[in-house]
Amino acid sequence: MGDMNEIFDLGSDALHGIEQRLGMSRRDYLQFCATLAVTMGLPKGAEAAVAKAIETSQRPSVIWLHFQECTGCSESLLRAEHPTLEKLILDVISLDYHETLMAAAGHQAEAARKDAMKAHKGKYVLVVEGAIPVKDNGIFCKIGGHTAIDLVKECAADAAAVIAIGSCASWGGMPSTGPNPTGASSVAEVLGKPVVTIPGCPPNPYNFLATVVHFLTFGKLPDVDKLGRPKFAYSRLIHENCERRAHFDAGRFAMEFGDAGHRQGYCLYKLGCKGPETYANCSTIGFGDAGENNWPVGCGHPCIGCSEKGVGFTKPIHQVASVINITPPQQYPRIVEEQGKGASFASAAALAALAGAAAGAAVMLTRNLGLSHAAEEAERAKAEGKSKDQAQV
Amino acid sequence: MDTRRHFLKGVVAGGAAITAAAVAPPVCARETYSRPAEALGLLYDATLCIGCKACVAACKEANNNPPEFSTGDHVWDTPLDTSAYTFNIIKMYRNGTMQTKDAEVNGFAFMKTSCMHCADPSCVSACPVSAMTKDPATGIVAYDPGACVGCRYCVVACPFGIPKYQYDSPTGKIGKCELCRHRYADGHYSACAEVCPTGATLYGRSADLLLEAKRRIALKPGSVTRYPRGKIGGPDQSYEGPVGNYLQHVYGENEFGGTQVLKLSAVTFAKVGMPDLPPKSSAATSETLQHSLYGGLVMPVVVLGALSFIAKRNVHDEDDESDTGKDKGEK
Amino acid sequence: MTTHQHAAHTPVGGSLVNAATLVCGVLIAIMAAILLVRFIFGLGTVANINDGYSWGIWVVVDVMIGSALACGGFSVALLVYIFNKGEYHPLVRPALLASLFGYTLAGAGIFVDLGRWWNFWHIFWPGYANPSSVMFEVAVCVTAYVLVMWIEFSPVFLEKLGKRDVKRKLNKWLFFFIALGVLLPMMHQSSLGTMLVVMGGQVNPLWQTPAVPLIYLLTAIVIGYGVVLFESCVAAASYRRTIEMRLLNPMSKIMLGVLAVYLVVRFGDLLIRGALGEAFHPGWVAISFWVENIAFVAPFFLIGSAQARRNPANLFLAGIAIMIGGILLRLNGFLIGYGHFTGSGWTYFPSLAEIMVTVGIFAIEVLGYIIITRRFPVLPRENAQVAS
Repeated sequence: MGDMNEIFDLGSDALHGIEQRLGMSRRDYLQFCATLAVTMGLPKGAEAAVAKAIETSQRPSVIWLHFQECTGCSESLLRAEHPTLEKLILDVISLDYHETLMAAAGHQAEAARKDAMKAHKGKYVLVVEGAIPVKDNGIFCKIGGHTAIDLVKECAADAAAVIAIGSCASWGGMPSTGPNPTGASSVAEVLGKPVVTIPGCPPNPYNFLATVVHFLTFGKLPDVDKLGRPKFAYSRLIHENCERRAHFDAGRFAMEFGDAGHRQGYCLYKLGCKGPETYANCSTIGFGDAGENNWPVGCGHPCIGCSEKGVGFTKPIHQVASVINITPPQQYPRIVEEQGKGASFASAAALAALAGAAAGAAVMLTRNLGLSHAAEEAERAKAEGKSKDQAQV
Repeated sequence: MDTRRHFLKGVVAGGAAITAAAVAPPVCARETYSRPAEALGLLYDATLCIGCKACVAACKEANNNPPEFSTGDHVWDTPLDTSAYTFNIIKMYRNGTMQTKDAEVNGFAFMKTSCMHCADPSCVSACPVSAMTKDPATGIVAYDPGACVGCRYCVVACPFGIPKYQYDSPTGKIGKCELCRHRYADGHYSACAEVCPTGATLYGRSADLLLEAKRRIALKPGSVTRYPRGKIGGPDQSYEGPVGNYLQHVYGENEFGGTQVLKLSAVTFAKVGMPDLPPKSSAATSETLQHSLYGGLVMPVVVLGALSFIAKRNVHDEDDESDTGKDKGEK
Repeated sequence: MTTHQHAAHTPVGGSLVNAATLVCGVLIAIMAAILLVRFIFGLGTVANINDGYSWGIWVVVDVMIGSALACGGFSVALLVYIFNKGEYHPLVRPALLASLFGYTLAGAGIFVDLGRWWNFWHIFWPGYANPSSVMFEVAVCVTAYVLVMWIEFSPVFLEKLGKRDVKRKLNKWLFFFIALGVLLPMMHQSSLGTMLVVMGGQVNPLWQTPAVPLIYLLTAIVIGYGVVLFESCVAAASYRRTIEMRLLNPMSKIMLGVLAVYLVVRFGDLLIRGALGEAFHPGWVAISFWVENIAFVAPFFLIGSAQARRNPANLFLAGIAIMIGGILLRLNGFLIGYGHFTGSGWTYFPSLAEIMVTVGIFAIEVLGYIIITRRFPVLPRENAQVAS
C-alpha cells in the first residue's frame, strides 16, 4: 500500500501541485480519493495511497472503443462528480481515443489512436464499450472500414489491461437479446481470454473509475470474480443490501403499480424485481451522486437485472426472480426443535422422596405382616401339637 | 349346593348375555371420510417456497396474534413451532453443508406447517363438546371457544400436532388455522396465499388444487411451466418458472382419507416433518370401535338387562337374610 | 350351612386427629394454595404441560390412574352380586368407599386440568355433546357411576342416621343400581383405553392396539382386586385389626385367574401384531414396558402356591405389584410411550406444583377414608363373623 509515513508526509508542496493541476481544493481532492477508496472497499488509510498515486504518477493512456452500444456508459461517466469527467480525461488519465468526446474525426482520429498505441505500447488501458457482432464475420459493426472484431483484437494485443464497460461489452447486453441476429458477443468471448468486466446498463461510473484508479495506485487490477467483475462492486446480490429488504422479510409487497403498498414503498418482488438474483452494488451506492435510494427500486420500479447475464434483457421485466440463497439465515426453526421443561431438582427430589416413603412404608408393612403371620403359624403349630397330645391322651 | 347353583346360573346368564351381544349384528364399520366436493384448501409447493415468511407475518396480522420470542432480544417474531399464538410457520430442513435448495443431501428446504383441514379430522372425532367441527360444505375445520371445555383431547389426538392451547391464560383457548374463514365476507381468502410472492401457497377448491399438484409432478424437472399465484380462479398473477425435482407424491391426497391442504416437496416428507399416515384414519378406527361396542346403546342395554336379572336374584336373596340377620343382631 | 356371612358393619371409632390426618391436612393445604394460583393465572404457571405433551400427570395420574385404582368397588361387586360369592360381602363397603372417593376425586381432578372448566356442562348437553367422542362416553359413564355409587353407599349414611324405612325402600331397587355399578365401569374403564385409539401412530405400538378396550377392562378388574388386597392390609395394620384372610386368600386366586387371561390377551395381541420388537429397542420406553409386565407377572411368583397365599405379606406385595403394573400400563400408553412425531423434540416432566396437587388429591382420599371409616359403619365388625 506504500509507506504510510511517506504518504502522510504530503508536504504542502505536493498538495499544492495537485491543487494547481487539477484545479481542486485540497479538501475536494482528498475527498475524491476517499470516495474512490471507499468504493473499492479498501481499508482505512488507503485514501492516502490513492492520493499519492494520482499526484505522482504519469497520466496513463486510455484507448476507448465503441461498438454495439448506446454510449450510455460514457454518459454515465459524464454524470460523475468527483472527479468530473473533464478533470478525469484532462488531468487524471490521458484519454487518447474516444469517438464521442474527442475533438478529432475521421482519419485524424484513427491516426491518433495508432500513435497512442505505438507510443504507449504495453502500457495503455483499453476500455471497450458495446458488444461485438460476430455473425457474418462481424460486418454489422465497422469503424474506419475495420470490423469490430479486428479492431478489438488489434487494440487488445498491446494493452496493459482490457476493461469491458457496460453489460454489452461484458456479456452481450441488450444487442444480444434473443434471437440475437448479429451474434452480439462480449469482449472476452471475442478475445478468447478473460477481461475485467464492469457490467450494468449503465454501470455506476464509480465502479469503473475505482477500477482504473486501483490500477493506477497499485499497478494491478482489483480482485475479480470468475466473470471478471471486480468483487468490490459485484460480489453481493442487490437483494442483500436493498433498502426495501425489511419489507420483503416481513411479507409486505406491492401488487400493482400505484396501489397502497407501492405508495408505501413496499418490496417490489412480486412485480418482478430481479434484485434477488442480480449481483451489483446499485442498492448500496445509488446513482447520480445523490447517494442511496437513487436507483430503480428506490424510485418504485423493480430492478431489471441489467448487469446480470441470463437475467437482464433475457427474463421478462415482470417475471418473478429466482431467489439465490447463498447462505440461508439461522433464524429458521428446524423441523424438530427441543422444547419443554424436563425434571427440575425440586420435582425430581419430590418424586424420589414420595417413592422412597412409599417403598419404605411398604417394606415395613410387609415385614410386620410377615412377622405376624409367622407368629400365627407358630401358634397354630403349637395348638395343633397340643391337641395332638390331648388326642393321644 | 345353593351357592353352586346360583353361581352356575350367574355364569350361564352372564355368558349368554355376552355371547348374544357378540353375535348380534355389529354396527357397520365407520368408513374413513373423504373431502367434500366443494372443499376449500391450500396447495403448498416447497420447491417454490423461498422461505420469505411473508405468510407467517400475514397470518399473524390476519388473526391478531401477538409475536412470540425465542431469542434474547424481543425484537423479532421468532416462533419455533406452531402454537396457540402462531397458526402458521415456515420450518427449515437442514442437511450437511446446506448448499443446494431442495436437495435432500447437503441441502436445505422449507416446509409450511399449519392445519391440514383433514377430510376425517381426529380433532373433530375426539372433541367431546363439538368445539371442533368440520363444515359439511367447505370442509373447513373450525374451532368454537364458546363450546370448548379446554380438555385438550384435540391437542393430543391430532397427528400433525396442530391444535395448541394457551397455557399462559386462565381462560385459555385453542388456536389453529381456520383458513381465514373470518375474512371471506370481505372478499378475502387465506392471508398466506394472498401474500405469497411465488405462489408456493395457493388457495382454491381442493379438487382444483389436486389437479394442479398432479400436473406439476408430471412435468419434467428443469423444464419451464406457468405457476399461478394467490387463488386458483382468481385474477391471473401467474408467472413462468422452472420446474423443481418433485417427489412423485402429493402429500394429503390419501393420508387419513385425504387432507384439504396438499403439499409437494423434493425432500422426503417424513424428513420435513410430515408423518407417514395410512389411508384409514384414526378417527374411523376409534369410532368403529365405539360404535361396535356402544352403537345404539344395544350392547349396554342387553348387558344391563342380564346383569339386573342376575343381581336381582342375588341381592334379593341377600336382602331377606340381611333383614333377618339384622333383627337377630339387634337382639 | 349358611353361605352368606352378613357381618354387621360398624364405625372404627377413635380420634380423628393423629399423625396421618395431620399430614394429610398439610398436603391438602399446599394443594389448595397451588390450585388458587392455577385458577387465577392459568395452567402454564404451575404445570409443565406444553404443546408436545398437553396431557400431564393431572390427566393421566389423577384422572385415569386414580379411577383405575378406584376399581375395587367394581371388582368386588362383580364377585358378590354377579358371581354370587356372597361370602365376600364384608369387603363390599370398604371397597365401595375407596371407589367412591377415588372416582369422585378423579372427577374433581378433571376440573383441575380443564382449561375452560366453566363450560364443563357442555359435555352432557345435547347440541354440544358429541357422542362419537370417546371422552364423551367416559365423562357420561363416570358421572353416572359416581351417582350410582353414592346411591349404593347411601345405606351406610342411612344406617348411621337411623333412617330404616328409607333404607328398606332403597334396598328394593338396589339391585338395579348394583347392575349399573357393574356395567358402567366396564364401559368407561375400557373406553379410557379406547381414548388412545384416535391418537394413532403417536402412541408406541406396544400400547396402541384395537384390543385396547379389552386390555384396559381386564386390568381394571385385576387392579380392583389388587387394590382390595392392598387396602385391606393397610387398613388392618393401621386400625390394628385382623386381616380377613379367609376372604382375601380365595379372592387372590380369582385375581390370578383374571390376570392369566389378561396376560394371554396382552401378549397374544403383541405377537399377532408383531409389535413385540419395539420392546427391544434400547431406551426408557422399553424399560418401562418390561417393568410393567414384570409387575403383572410377579403375583404368580408371589402368591402362586396355596402356602404362599396364607401369608398376608405376600398378598400385600401381590396387590402392590398389580397396582404398579396397572399404573404403568396407563402411564406408558398416555405419557411415556406417547409423542412419536408430534412430541418429537418436546420434553415433559411434572413440575413440583403438579406433583403436590396429585399428592394433595391422594391425601384427600386418605383423609376422607379415615374420617368415614372411623365415624360411619363401613368396616365389618371384628368379632361378628361366625367361623364356618
